[in-house]
Amino acid sequence: MAKTLGPVRREFAPWNDPDAVPYISFQNVTKRFGDFTAVNDLSLDIYEREFFALLGPSGCGKTTMMRMLAGFDAPSNGNVSLDGTDLTGIPPYKRPVNMMFQSYALFPHMSVEKNIAFGLKQERIANAEVKARVEEMLSLVKLEEFAKRKPHQLSGGQRQRVALARSLAKRPKVLLLDEPMGALDKKLREETQFELMDLQERLGMTFMIVTHDQEEAMTVADRIAVMDEGRIIQIATPTEIYEQPSSRYVADFIGDINLIEGRLTVLPEAEFADNLAIMQCPGIGSNSDVGLEIQVQCETTSDLAVGDRGWFAMRPEKIRLSHEVPEGLDPANPVNAVKGTIYDIAYLGDVSVFHVKINDDVIIRATQTNTTRLVERPLSWEDRVWLYWGADAGILLAS
Amino acid sequence: MLIGVPYLWLVILFLIPFLIVLKVSFSEPTVSIPPYSPRLDISDGMSALWQQIRQFSIENYVFLIEEPLFYRSYLSSFTIAAIATFITLLIGYPLAYAMARAPRSWRAILLMLVILPFWTSFLIRVYAWIGILKKEGLLNQVLLAIGVISEPLTILNTNAAVYIGIVYSYLPFLVLPLYASLERMDDSLLEAAADLGCTPMKAFWTITLPISIPGIVAGCFLVFIPAVGEFVIPDLLGGSETLMIGRTLWVEFFNNRDWPVASAVAVVLLLVLVVPIALFQNAQARAEEKAS
Repeated sequence: MAKTLGPVRREFAPWNDPDAVPYISFQNVTKRFGDFTAVNDLSLDIYEREFFALLGPSGCGKTTMMRMLAGFDAPSNGNVSLDGTDLTGIPPYKRPVNMMFQSYALFPHMSVEKNIAFGLKQERIANAEVKARVEEMLSLVKLEEFAKRKPHQLSGGQRQRVALARSLAKRPKVLLLDEPMGALDKKLREETQFELMDLQERLGMTFMIVTHDQEEAMTVADRIAVMDEGRIIQIATPTEIYEQPSSRYVADFIGDINLIEGRLTVLPEAEFADNLAIMQCPGIGSNSDVGLEIQVQCETTSDLAVGDRGWFAMRPEKIRLSHEVPEGLDPANPVNAVKGTIYDIAYLGDVSVFHVKINDDVIIRATQTNTTRLVERPLSWEDRVWLYWGADAGILLAS
Repeated sequence: MLIGVPYLWLVILFLIPFLIVLKVSFSEPTVSIPPYSPRLDISDGMSALWQQIRQFSIENYVFLIEEPLFYRSYLSSFTIAAIATFITLLIGYPLAYAMARAPRSWRAILLMLVILPFWTSFLIRVYAWIGILKKEGLLNQVLLAIGVISEPLTILNTNAAVYIGIVYSYLPFLVLPLYASLERMDDSLLEAAADLGCTPMKAFWTITLPISIPGIVAGCFLVFIPAVGEFVIPDLLGGSETLMIGRTLWVEFFNNRDWPVASAVAVVLLLVLVVPIALFQNAQARAEEKAS
């Protein structure tokens, strides 16, 4: 198949289509284990052919969501439906979903091909077809030569492929992936992520992945649900999650971000406006009222009022540094700029991270891509520099 | 040097006694103390020792073959041990399975309950079964009281009592290794089976049972091997028709005072048991290799 799926993929956004019918639907689902509420009154729609990621720290309820869809746990309240069928009361062995387990859960006493054939053997499928399907799966995960081996004779990466092939063999309506790359090393993990995306596009199946690795979720998923303490904090595409986080929690969980706390004295009036917000930043934990005043022109997704506490969130890679006053800036009344002292520099090879001290409480991190093989850095410790950014670089958050 | 200590232990407590028994089995019975000849005596010098060794005969072994009692005792011992092992497995498997599936906090207590009988002497526990199984014993009284039977059953001094005794006494030896292998099994394997469309019943036969085979093998051998040579249980609970090699051995040693024949019986028993022991060791080694 030709790789012309890039643009197609970008157009794929059924969640924006009001007429689209959800494929998987969690409706007001709550799951309690004794006193502990793992999932709290949560509703979620996933569409056909979507690659959906549940992202969150351990214990946030993401695995429980997946287990409720697979049928291993029953919701305490609410219901889960798939392709228009309510799944309540249907045991796992009758659900048209398959799961790839975190531990892979390969049957140790069976060869690779028997593991892959296991699901097919549970149905009345002719032996010849089972054999054909197993061969197809083996070639899909490039393990043809290992068909007769037992799981303990394989490497970690090969085992992961067998687990994937086994869960795909029955062509389920939904493939569930529980931390599928948790046991792989970094290089192999990145490789596998791309293969997984490719596979999902080729097979046209609905995939749901549970992960605590934000990079992994960003790489593979069409949409990400960020979860915390049994609730969904935000559901959006990877770009939106990264660029327009709905709260500090999401902003902080995904990637690196500067969060500057302050009291708002002037507010932007429209969503995408040149209007000014002025924050007075006494700094977190500081008693001094005076402190720093930052004027930002930015977007906000939240309802904020004058006098509210707010957070200005800005990714380090969107900040530029300069010794001179940036062009067009009035040093007496700087907008989207602030002056500070370089406090620390971390050279990471591809980028350098600068920690710039604005005052005793506020340190802003800025990353600069090392586009040349610099021997001498133009910026050095204790330098007084201007930090400046564009109007679309940051976002003002209420919580 | 320290590595040699366990071997020294084996040599003193196992090899030397075995060599003595082996030597006696080649001797002739006499009315003397000890009741056999020749007696090896190093004090007469090497040539005298050689003379004595030349007097060894395999007559006792020939006798074992000629006399059907021995052949029948061996066969009967193996049959009884095999049947008892099978019954123990039927009872022990569900027990071990239930223990392995019990909530984690219960497992230690359940394990304790399995080991608890070892705190009392084996002999006393077998004696206790006489009180339960005899005609006016506990079992008959209960069965009569609830009206299952109208006349007391004769269980004591039959093969049935021997089976009960062996199954009861050796059950922990089967449950413990089986529990260990079932407990080690990853629960997600059963979830994976269910996920792939397998009913719980079928998952037991296709996943749980095959994976627990090393545990079954270990447990069965741990019951079978000592059960073959069992003496106390057939002696106390068995009847006159219960023929087991341990008992035959006892009769030869203490009633007939024929030490050489009794030694030959013991040597043959050992040689016969070497086969299942070797099989057991082999299975264990393979299981360990797989696990690693």
